[in-house]
Amino acid sequence: MYRYDEYDRRLVDERVQQFRAQVQRFLAGELSEAEFRPLRLMNGLYLQRHAPMLRVAIPYGLLSAVQLRMLATIARRFDKGYGHFSTRQNIQYNWPRLEEVPDILEQLAKVEMHAIQTSGNCVRNITADHLAGVAADELEDPRPYCELLRQWSTLHPEFSYLPRKFKIAVTGASRDRAAVQVHDIGLYLVRNAVGELGFRVLVGGGQGRTPYIGLFIREFLERRHLFSYLESILRVYNRLGRRDNKYKARVKILVNAVGLERFTELVEEDWQYTRRPELELPESGLEYMRGFFAAPDYRTDDVDATTLAQWRRETPDFARWMDRNLAAHKAPGYQVVYMPLKAPGEPPGDATAEQMDAIADMAERYSFAEIRVTHDQNLLLAHVHRSQLYELWEQLREQGLATPNLGLLTDMICCPGLDFCSLANAGSIPIAKQINEHFDDLDYLHDIGELSIKMSGCVNACGHHHIGHIGILGVDKRGKEFYQLTLGGDAGNNAAIGARLGPAVPKDVVALTIDQLLQVYLEQRESGERFIDTYRRIGMAPFKERVYADH
Amino acid sequence: MRIIKNQEVVEDEWVLLREAPAAPAANVIVPFADWCEQRDAWLSAGAGVWLSGADSVEELAPALPQLPLIALDFPQFVDGRCYSSARLLRNRYQYQGELRAIGDILRDQLYFMQRCGFDSFELRADRDPQEALQAFAEFSVRYQPAADGAPALFRYR
Repeated sequence: MYRYDEYDRRLVDERVQQFRAQVQRFLAGELSEAEFRPLRLMNGLYLQRHAPMLRVAIPYGLLSAVQLRMLATIARRFDKGYGHFSTRQNIQYNWPRLEEVPDILEQLAKVEMHAIQTSGNCVRNITADHLAGVAADELEDPRPYCELLRQWSTLHPEFSYLPRKFKIAVTGASRDRAAVQVHDIGLYLVRNAVGELGFRVLVGGGQGRTPYIGLFIREFLERRHLFSYLESILRVYNRLGRRDNKYKARVKILVNAVGLERFTELVEEDWQYTRRPELELPESGLEYMRGFFAAPDYRTDDVDATTLAQWRRETPDFARWMDRNLAAHKAPGYQVVYMPLKAPGEPPGDATAEQMDAIADMAERYSFAEIRVTHDQNLLLAHVHRSQLYELWEQLREQGLATPNLGLLTDMICCPGLDFCSLANAGSIPIAKQINEHFDDLDYLHDIGELSIKMSGCVNACGHHHIGHIGILGVDKRGKEFYQLTLGGDAGNNAAIGARLGPAVPKDVVALTIDQLLQVYLEQRESGERFIDTYRRIGMAPFKERVYADH
Repeated sequence: MRIIKNQEVVEDEWVLLREAPAAPAANVIVPFADWCEQRDAWLSAGAGVWLSGADSVEELAPALPQLPLIALDFPQFVDGRCYSSARLLRNRYQYQGELRAIGDILRDQLYFMQRCGFDSFELRADRDPQEALQAFAEFSVRYQPAADGAPALFRYR
């Protein structure tokens, strides 16, 4: 993974000092709340309902064991002993005290981490395919580009006061695991007709109050022009994006207001001037960056097949875990091991300091000291040799990290909700709990199969409800919590925004309503169909009828 | 009125006019709309011009070699449109004259503004320009090129 050099270290240290001075000036009354707000947000700090929340950047979801231990230490020292992994592959702490935030940042800097641009109207953490570098369906590892983009966007002088936040995602694989199409800019690494690698560029995707799937603005962008092209998009947006209404300020609104054709013209016009040698990515710069993401030194042997078969036969729970929580790895003898942060009864995405420490130990023992965060709020060990699967499984089980529910109904995405966020209308976590309690039969969950439930406590859509097969949105109706369900959303290559099922349902029947939807699916599914496939085939009507028949 | 120019606090030689006088004069900075109406007269008088974020700096292009000063207005410091206007003037049009930030200008934005090509700053009246000078030295690392001559780090690592 990437390691800081003298430049990176200095920049992060200087940012900590700058922020420390800003906090002091705020506390001394020299900065008003309105003046301090954008400054603290650009460093991931929210001041809200109970106490501040600090969001720490995990660039493209990649962590070293040393870094994860530091996150555990911070959770213990400054928070209540845990952290919340977010859908942007970051981690959030609640309850740190404002006065202590500069100290936290100083600790983070020691392990090459920071909170720069984890909020605010600027370019946010760059996200990527969590299987980057290990997936068999990958054309090229996106992480060198992600790190280059991270650096290019860090303290960008022109784009730090944009109309609204700006999110970029990159994947190099044919299967989209990074929800690329719902980002302000989405980048797919592709090969053109003559075999050169470049980017297919999307613009104007996003969730929030007005969700849009991104539109293809450029079918092929040479890699060396990546930065100049992105600068042109951002410049057009910075100049023309709306600033009078924050709900209409994202680039998706601009693209749809002027039309893709006009937006493209504006970008191309600027690009004529912006495409200068000083912004060109030289092959040497790319090579330098690739060096940090080279494949680790894999073993060449595989587990003895008889041993593996014996483990599976003797321990059905192990077999079930293997079938559910593992993914293929391009190196023979290796597997990707997911650690769902979705154990029944636990808030989705939360990990305790003890779990983080244990995962760091396991990563060192079994996975080249590397951990990844997925945008589904799970963690994974990317390179586990199959001969070590059994002992790893035993350790994961002890930590509550072996729930075999990856991709199943209970592997929900969920924002922190009313209990932690000042924006929320509804408590996502109690609903997640209700769903977990209602669907506690693992055999039933396996029978239902792949299903993504995504839940947001308000229209800002941090829980990605628009792109869940079943989306749940908390709404406030005259002071009461209601939940709006949507069906048919998809985060993958066929990205789609879910359609409304009908009127929002009261809090106490959310799980029951999902149960009714699943009954329709089970009655109507054809062989091999997932919930989303059946929905696409039969449409909304049968689901709607079942849920609202009695009303 | 004291302003920051080339990272020093100096007495301002210009008068910023939010509304233009009837006859063109020297050493005044006039609104873009008024300036457009009598472009040649203002230019020969040696006046400067100020633009909002909504104004199109492209329209200034033919007059740039003769313009001694352009001011860009930040009605609120969070309105970042003029960062792009500044970069267009400096990078695309190679504007060489004085480029001033006016309006809701606070210390915490000076570093970014300078990187985008501003070389003078009229701070909000309640702020001490002397104290604000510290902002220019807050960072010694620049990852990306802008209008201050810094090269992209990715080109020489």
